[in-house]
Amino acid sequence: MGGYLARRALGALWALIGVAIVVFLILHLTGDPTSVMMPPEATKAELDAFRHEQGFDRPLVVQFGTFALAAAHGDLGLSLRHQEPAMRLALERLPATVLLAGSAFLIVLLIGVPAGVLSALRPRTWIDYTARFVALIGQSAPTYWIGLMLILLFAVRLGWVPASGIGDWRNLVLPAATLGFFSTAKLMRLTRASMLEILAADYLRTARAKGLTAIRVSLGHGLRNAWLPIVTQLGVELGTLLSGAIITETVFAWPGVGRLAVQAVFERDFPVVEAVVLLAATMFVLLNLAVDLLYAVLDPRIRYA
Amino acid sequence: MATALAGAAPARDDFIAASVHAAALRRLARDPAAMLGGAIVAIVAVCAIFAPLLARVDPNAQDLTATLIPPMWIAGGSHAHVLGTDNLGRDLLARIIWGSRVSVIVGLSVVAIGATIGVTAGLLAGYRRGWVDAVIARITDVQLAFPLVLLAVAIVAVVGPGLWTVIAAIGLTSWVQYVRVVRAETMSLREREFVAAAEAAGATTARVIGRHLLPNVASAAIVLGTFEIARAIVLESSLSFLGLGVPPTTPSWGGMLADGRQYLDTAWWTALFPGLAIMIAVMGVNLLGDGLRDALDPGMRA
Repeated sequence: MGGYLARRALGALWALIGVAIVVFLILHLTGDPTSVMMPPEATKAELDAFRHEQGFDRPLVVQFGTFALAAAHGDLGLSLRHQEPAMRLALERLPATVLLAGSAFLIVLLIGVPAGVLSALRPRTWIDYTARFVALIGQSAPTYWIGLMLILLFAVRLGWVPASGIGDWRNLVLPAATLGFFSTAKLMRLTRASMLEILAADYLRTARAKGLTAIRVSLGHGLRNAWLPIVTQLGVELGTLLSGAIITETVFAWPGVGRLAVQAVFERDFPVVEAVVLLAATMFVLLNLAVDLLYAVLDPRIRYA
Repeated sequence: MATALAGAAPARDDFIAASVHAAALRRLARDPAAMLGGAIVAIVAVCAIFAPLLARVDPNAQDLTATLIPPMWIAGGSHAHVLGTDNLGRDLLARIIWGSRVSVIVGLSVVAIGATIGVTAGLLAGYRRGWVDAVIARITDVQLAFPLVLLAVAIVAVVGPGLWTVIAAIGLTSWVQYVRVVRAETMSLREREFVAAAEAAGATTARVIGRHLLPNVASAAIVLGTFEIARAIVLESSLSFLGLGVPPTTPSWGGMLADGRQYLDTAWWTALFPGLAIMIAVMGVNLLGDGLRDALDPGMRA
């Protein structure tokens, strides 16, 4: 278990270094970050001054060394627009994103998993067909369009909830449902497939033959054994929700990290873009590490691997 | 002797492969959901290819005397504009038909880029193992750590929007799934007798991979490629929706939704129909993908 833990932690560390390299390289994709970051009407003197100030006139290797050292301390430079540390701007927005992603995750957990179980227990009934049809829509419709349609129906037409912004729980309902829809559909399908596989297993037939009640058979023996891939996917989905809120936040004007990133892109404020990408990737890597460890705790077979 | 063996084996492979594929096609044809998906995909493809013939008007023709006209079955609608017009008086149906082109081009190009890189890397990693596998695994880990939408947004932001930037940005993020699937398949295939036979007959690495392993991982890659088309279409429309996709003069479903969003409370049709187009197209691809997976790999049927 200790060796496994160390191996996984080392892998996560490597992934983060790789992420930093890619984040650094993206800004140098066009060869000259200065022209990317400065407005097109800037004079040559302004460009040169900026280039020198940001250190873009130094060798690429030196630039990366400086960048990596600073990034390891969470320092990605000052936001070009707000003259504040870029990472602080990103971290300030994190609670709003965590609230949104956490609410969406609850929807995935409380709707996606039970719907999948029900669908597997009652295959080829209206429950199964309804759940699968809704899941198909959830997997096919773009997130932002679901958001627009929810706004149209519940905010514009019915006026039950506000269309955008942050406030009490009523502001949270639509963005959370929008963000969670795709993952809910995915989890529903995975849970259904996983349950169907287990329900066909020999030991389930034995459990039934022993005279256990249907609920104990399906939940106690069925879901308990189908649980592992579901837990893994839930972990991946939480990471996806946290880092994938970019579109949902834009549609609902939700003041989270994703909206900050989109604004920064349009203001050519690249230190902020870099900070958001690095922050999101870090959260994703750490979450996956946590899931791997949880998996090892849940499944004793892994410890000997 | 060695050449005779190496020459004989592929002929038999081809024979078996042909009958396996025929059986898979028969299973696919008996799957109503997959056939529905195939029909939707065919309709989208026809729209993309024959857009100039199918659309009755120029998708960019503005008519400022006829802005935000509702669909023809609603009071105030007109037969000249079946699905109504947008804020510049452009015909929504014509723009949806033309918009299919961007989705089809992006979907196919992204799969071409992603599958080429991903399948090659997966085959190499699974067959050669050792340091090749280790290096590819590390790069895969880094790619997996990135939130894809954010990465694509960052790339487009630096390089500048445009159809080919979008394709490159999405394509370069889509190879990773193929690596995982193809590597796993290859690792079990390389232990099989026909690979050992080819190696014993003196086949080079390139020949083993190209002639013996590639045909056997093809079904898995095709199934995955189908789902990647769906993902690419959604991601492109998201980028266009954010204003980071194709230029506004090119009709695209995501770009139409970005326009329609402004008129959600007065002209819902401008936001409804482009989204329906994306959803139906993606649903068709997904249904076809589900069907292909069941047909090519009956053991996986859930």
